[in-house]
Amino acid sequence: MADINQLKDFATQVRRDILRQVHAVNSGHPGGSLGCTEFLVALYQEIMNRKEGFDMDGIGEDVFYLSNGHISPVIYSVLARSGYFPVEELATFRKLGTRLQGHPSTHDGLPGIRIASGSLGQGLSVALGTAQAKKLNNDDNLVFTLHGDGELQEGQIWEAVMYAAANKVDNVIATVDYNGQQIDGSTEEVCSLGDLKAKFEAFDWDVVEVKEGNDLEAIIAGLNEAKSKTGKGKPVCILLHTMMGNGVDFMMHTHAWHGKAPSDEQLENALSQNPATLGDY
Amino acid sequence: MKKYIDSGKKDTRSGFGAGLTELGRTNPKVVALCADLIGSLKMQDFIDENPKRFFQTGIAEANMIGMAAGLTIGGKIPFAGTFANFATGRVYDQIRQSVAYSEKNVKIAASHAGLTLGEDGATHQILEDIGLMKMLPGMTVINPCDYNQTKAATMASAEIDGPVYLRFGRPKVANFTSENVEDFVIGKGIQLQEGTDVSIIATGHCVWEALIAAEKLSEQGISADVINIHTIKPLDEEIILKSVAKTGCVVTCEEHNYLGGLGESVARVLSLNNPTPQEYIATKDTFGESGTATELMAKYELDAPAIEKAAKAVIARK
Repeated sequence: MADINQLKDFATQVRRDILRQVHAVNSGHPGGSLGCTEFLVALYQEIMNRKEGFDMDGIGEDVFYLSNGHISPVIYSVLARSGYFPVEELATFRKLGTRLQGHPSTHDGLPGIRIASGSLGQGLSVALGTAQAKKLNNDDNLVFTLHGDGELQEGQIWEAVMYAAANKVDNVIATVDYNGQQIDGSTEEVCSLGDLKAKFEAFDWDVVEVKEGNDLEAIIAGLNEAKSKTGKGKPVCILLHTMMGNGVDFMMHTHAWHGKAPSDEQLENALSQNPATLGDY
Repeated sequence: MKKYIDSGKKDTRSGFGAGLTELGRTNPKVVALCADLIGSLKMQDFIDENPKRFFQTGIAEANMIGMAAGLTIGGKIPFAGTFANFATGRVYDQIRQSVAYSEKNVKIAASHAGLTLGEDGATHQILEDIGLMKMLPGMTVINPCDYNQTKAATMASAEIDGPVYLRFGRPKVANFTSENVEDFVIGKGIQLQEGTDVSIIATGHCVWEALIAAEKLSEQGISADVINIHTIKPLDEEIILKSVAKTGCVVTCEEHNYLGGLGESVARVLSLNNPTPQEYIATKDTFGESGTATELMAKYELDAPAIEKAAKAVIARK
């Protein structure tokens, strides 16, 4: 395992990248991005089996799909700092002509992105297709996904959840960013998800619950536990309890920062809570 | 006039099934998905020969389209089959984001398109699907006219890299095009009759009707240029402009709403290059209803007598 302090430094720099990307264009989604920073750092820096370079087919390596595409600032930062494209390109986020579209796209050939996302609820189906392709190709690698918890209100998710169990797609690990917030308020107020663990288990999935979803060591332990459950005839779900806006005190405990950029003063305050570790772009 | 022989009525969906079976034998990358309509889509032979390359999704079309997109990431060429209504309108956003915008090599196999689905009625008779699909950037849209052409179109779809919407139907119709699959080229219209008085440009089940209409017109001294446009996008503009340069007027024929269909694509080409009087054989911004295929083609004025009448009307407008 990588040095945990190095991973923490990596995550701190990703938080800075998120805040600076969103601030520069006065748009984008910092809340969910900050909440999933540790998860994506753990996934790309510790868990996933990744090849050098990038090809669309992803044969012979683990594949990740971001289904909740609005948290693009975090995946762009993690991909850039994992070597998929130059870190300086983060400065083009959401600007005319960029490969870093508001929501992730394959259209402009950004390395690391294999499917467009943004319209919610589609990524798990795509993952199941790739998982089945891996089985046909005798490729033992895994397919990972990340979903918002509010995203589970989309019906297509449950079509995919049912298919995966019925067809024993046991090479997929779907993680739910369980922060309890969505645009119009808490998930409880908007449309309660009920007992998610019981729901996934009732659909015959194996469920791993990570209570400390912003703690790198807890996340890595949860991901390793999930990996140990693959290949046993059941799809695997991680319920990742996160804090939206994690790492920036005034962005936590609220859904207000779902899709809002900080002002100049707010940015300065937020960055002071996350001092540069790997150098800003 | 060229004579076209009906070698025996067959359904276009069986042409799809035959093409898919052939692909199963010749192209190991080809896989298939279906949302609980294996028999209707004639996919059983492919499944029997390639059980591991088939994915039954159940009645869950959105998941089927997403899975098809995912299968391309791994090098597969998926054919996702269901009724045209559920293959387009029901899953438009899944096709838009996960297939078209993501530039995935997914082939959407859409059966039972149009009025000729018949007795099941308007809930299943989609007349808007060509428009929905042709508006998506990068989507190839093919509407073959008979069994042979559907088989050839299915096989040709696997040869191009990119999303394809393949539209075919339920009823048994005349089978008259070439058996040689190599005669079918995506994006290339087929000159069926040479004529000088009126261009009849037809797609899908209307093509045979257009040939019958051309014969009737010929008996009355009217010479019709008949073109089969099987690929609505990309459109063979050259064959259309060449025909209209000879005839000076055009009738477009399709089993689809006049809004968004072949007729509007032809009208765009003509208005930009050679403004020409045009009549539309198409449904007139309406839903369908229960009935037999033949009854519906007559009632909604998509059959040979309607084409003959439209040809005379458009000649009078020259």
